[in-house]
Amino acid sequence: MSKLPDLWQDGLAAGWKVTDASQPGPDLKLECDVVIVGSGAGGGMAAEQLASAGLQVVLLEEGGLYSSRHFNLREAEAYPQLYQESANRLTADKGITILQGRTVGGSTTVNWTSSFRTPADTLAWWRSHHGLEAMQDAALQPWFEQAEARLNIGPWQTDPNMNNALLAQGCSKLGIRYAPIRRNVKGCWNLGYCGTGCATNAKQSMLVTTIPVALSRGAQLLTRVRVQQLWLSADRTRAEGVIGLALGPDGIRPSGRRVQVRARQVVLSAGAIGTPAVLLRSQAPDPYRLLGKRTFLHPVVMSGGLFRQPVEGYNGAPQTIYSDHFLHTQPIDGPLGFKLEVPPVHPLIMASTLPGNGMAHQRLMKTLPYWQVSLALMRDGFHPQSVGGSVGLRSDGTPVLSYPLGDVEWEAARRALLQMAEIQFAAGARAVLPVHEDAGMATSWRQAQDMIRQLPMQILRTRVVSAHVMGGAMMSADERHGVVDQAGRHWQLGNVTVIDGSVFPTSIGANPQLSVYALALRAADALRRRL
Amino acid sequence: MTLNRRQFIHTGLLGALSLGIAARLAAPHAAPGFAASAADRQLIAALGRGMLGSLPATAPIALVDNTLVAIAGLPLASQAELRQLFDLLQQPLARMALGLRPPWQDARAEQVRAMLDRWRYSRLTLLRSAYQGLHGLLYASWYGDPASWQAAAYQQPAIMKGYL
Ligand SMILES: Cc1cc2nc3c(=O)[nH]c(=O)nc-3n(C[C@H](O)[C@H](O)[C@H](O)COP(=O)(O)OP(=O)(O)OC[C@H]3O[C@@H](n4cnc5c(N)ncnc54)[C@H](O)[C@@H]3O)c2cc1C
Ligand code: SF4
Repeated sequence: MSKLPDLWQDGLAAGWKVTDASQPGPDLKLECDVVIVGSGAGGGMAAEQLASAGLQVVLLEEGGLYSSRHFNLREAEAYPQLYQESANRLTADKGITILQGRTVGGSTTVNWTSSFRTPADTLAWWRSHHGLEAMQDAALQPWFEQAEARLNIGPWQTDPNMNNALLAQGCSKLGIRYAPIRRNVKGCWNLGYCGTGCATNAKQSMLVTTIPVALSRGAQLLTRVRVQQLWLSADRTRAEGVIGLALGPDGIRPSGRRVQVRARQVVLSAGAIGTPAVLLRSQAPDPYRLLGKRTFLHPVVMSGGLFRQPVEGYNGAPQTIYSDHFLHTQPIDGPLGFKLEVPPVHPLIMASTLPGNGMAHQRLMKTLPYWQVSLALMRDGFHPQSVGGSVGLRSDGTPVLSYPLGDVEWEAARRALLQMAEIQFAAGARAVLPVHEDAGMATSWRQAQDMIRQLPMQILRTRVVSAHVMGGAMMSADERHGVVDQAGRHWQLGNVTVIDGSVFPTSIGANPQLSVYALALRAADALRRRL
Repeated sequence: MTLNRRQFIHTGLLGALSLGIAARLAAPHAAPGFAASAADRQLIAALGRGMLGSLPATAPIALVDNTLVAIAGLPLASQAELRQLFDLLQQPLARMALGLRPPWQDARAEQVRAMLDRWRYSRLTLLRSAYQGLHGLLYASWYGDPASWQAAAYQQPAIMKGYL
């Protein structure tokens, strides 16, 4: 529990309308202008804009309310409290581990603060191959600027921690271009615990920016409400509102309390996987069978480098250096390019990610402070064979993503493991361990090459993770090619708007939060005008 | 022999999975979830010995407690899958078919590890996923515990000491 000032305590004392639906009580029936499902990057931005325009807003969030006073830097508490499925959401074949937030503020409460605008080549592709003529650089510029100003996005002035500095050193030795990452922070203590919730409130997540403002303008927030489905009109052309189930205090089992919100407009901001799931459960019109399809992940592979000097990848801002070099070594729709970054290296996540077991694994963990870890984010959704995954429902109605990895992804994974090893040796690594069940420690670049070329590229051997779920309710220029229009409005349900990362037609090719924020501001503005 | 064993494991696990599904269909109102038993504690301790190797004296109890807490925090669908896996492992025949003769409480760390390693490199993704699932669960349960941090030379930032 952090004793630093917590703006939520003051806000609640001042009378913010916040209801923890896991508490016992009668069924809840509400009415408002706009109901927003999900309080993450998209939902938070939309809530502030719409509440500030004088509209009556109700925000429904499946997760609980945890704010800075609850954040104690402990992974064992943070993952079950703040993440979907205890930070262990898996694809249908269990081959990819997915990190997504499930708490007030959504993934922004636990994300690593890296801030990139949507790359120009991604927008150009959206225009040329998906007909999204509205996605012009100049037209989007003001929305990026507004989001950046709102969240204090700017250059990070402090030196990178050693984990990031070694990525820079390795790149620089090999003549590979790298650059510093901009961050959405204000008065950051450089702690490195963004992933377990920022205890100092420095991270400008939705939890401390837009949602508090929306509440102070009269919006109402209900936590621990899992929206089950839209409440569709008889002719299935619009939604009367939404229907949800309150979860019990464990956040898992429905408590039996029902929640019904009638609204003029419904905004779906439950994130990729989450938003398609609500629409699937509603059996919303989907005449071209596109719902849930083209869900992208930026599948990530990782490489560990063992150094002589302490790296302490758990201390210091998690991501401050990146390299886009390997996004540009081939055409955007050629063999998958990848972005290089590093993850924070905390004991729980590191221990469960590292391959092996028994004494061999204990030896790895004994040297925890000496490991530098690099990651490669593959840009999916551009190559003709990279069509992403598809969201389906389990028998209990919860969503599951199938994302089969094919030759295109595995070829890129092997290439990325090779490049990361080369960079780690160039930075002075004593040994490199590709994060793969069949890999050993290579003590030279030569040995690493021989080993990585032989590694069987298969799920549940090669470790693949993702913290960037995108798509599944894609935008399109006409109703035959997507689920929503270029302002997020559902093609068949006139008063339903999707405002989150599920509208992207491909992956972003960069960490997605700023893309979600900018398009959310734009979509919320269009919605406000429609009202 | 190997082939037979593989086949047994294959059908054994799949059979258990479909049985589990049938059971759920038959009793839709039974409280879903993992519902831990005393036998589960022994099983977790044995799997922990095999997966993690020898740990400080107090670790096994903490490991079992933490693992049960972690399981209880998972979505019901994952809890049900783990329930099926645990039920299967607790059947003596299945355990022996998987290559482990002694009952779980008597199994030595190396015997359990040998079994786990066969899953780890199995051709069947079902067995590999069981291995990876247990790997994630057990390692998270131990290295999330501050008692493990000293061995990893890890500590929380000193600057936060007075604030937490
Ligand atoms: C660990 C981690 C690190 C990351 N680091 C970065 C980074 O450094 N930079 C970057 O750009 N991006 C990063 N991301 C990704 C970024 O945070 C997301 O892309 C972004 O937040 C997505 O916004 P969203 O609105 O689509 O969904 P989210 O922010 O995930 O919000 C969705 C919300 O909807 C809620 N919800 C889902 N279903 C329901 C339902 N049925 N009923 C009610 N509520 C529901 C969820 O609980 C959640 O709170 C990271 C993500 C994670 C998990
Ligand atoms: S690094 Fe900065 S933003 Fe991240 S948790 Fe620490 S203080 Fe907060």
